[in-house]
Amino acid sequence: MSFLVNLGLGLLFGIGLVISGMADPAKVLNFLDLFGTWDPSLAFVMGGAVVVAFVGYRLVLARGEPIVGGSFHLPTRSDIDARVIAGPAIFGIGWGLGGFCPGPALTALGLGASGTLAFVPAMIIGMWTARLIGEAVSRTSNV
Amino acid sequence: MLWEGRIAGISGIVGRLLPPYGDGAFLSRLGFVVGLIAAPLVIAVATGEAVGQTVSSNVPLMIAAGLLVGFGSVWGNGCTSGHGVCGLSRLSPRSFAATGVFMATAFVTVFLVRHVIGG
Repeated sequence: MSFLVNLGLGLLFGIGLVISGMADPAKVLNFLDLFGTWDPSLAFVMGGAVVVAFVGYRLVLARGEPIVGGSFHLPTRSDIDARVIAGPAIFGIGWGLGGFCPGPALTALGLGASGTLAFVPAMIIGMWTARLIGEAVSRTSNV
Repeated sequence: MLWEGRIAGISGIVGRLLPPYGDGAFLSRLGFVVGLIAAPLVIAVATGEAVGQTVSSNVPLMIAAGLLVGFGSVWGNGCTSGHGVCGLSRLSPRSFAATGVFMATAFVTVFLVRHVIGG
């Protein structure tokens, strides 16, 4: 059941990415190209998503608990450490090079472009590496 | 959120699809990813038109970009959806910092690639 609900959510998210143009690297790179062929339309996509999520969170949290799963799993940290600066800095460079962030890259997988087929496995290796290193680091620092 | 109380950040969902597994949400994450991948196919079937996109065919560049995106998004605990959408809408200071940083480095990267190196 969880699988099916999340399948629906993923589908909805992916359809949104495709319709908005977020899944097209050429459009994303034009959005990021402030000094050239700047296309600001994706700023409205992100802005719209933030507004909907802002309202949605408040409606959902007002329920007190989710439908299944017992409690909300929300990030609680608010400190700004080196990782939350270094990670996004690295991420932004990759995003600017390839025009893909993680969601759109997966959505584009089914379209089978060679660039996507190179990008996605590399991205997964990168994610896994970061996670393993991060867990190793927190183990040593917590001992 | 409404269903299981979880935040939908793509990098978090995908990054935890591989072992080691810390919680019982594997099937939820798998479902989300399958839906994400199926989206353009569903659109193609529904509209009868293929989904258009332009991806760089420079394979070494895309591998490098993929490694950076994957590593950076998990290292920084979030990507465009996690920090940029979920984090900003929760008014998280961490996410405001992260979103500012990745937008800045992405703008600079595109500027360098397109206007300094040329292409």
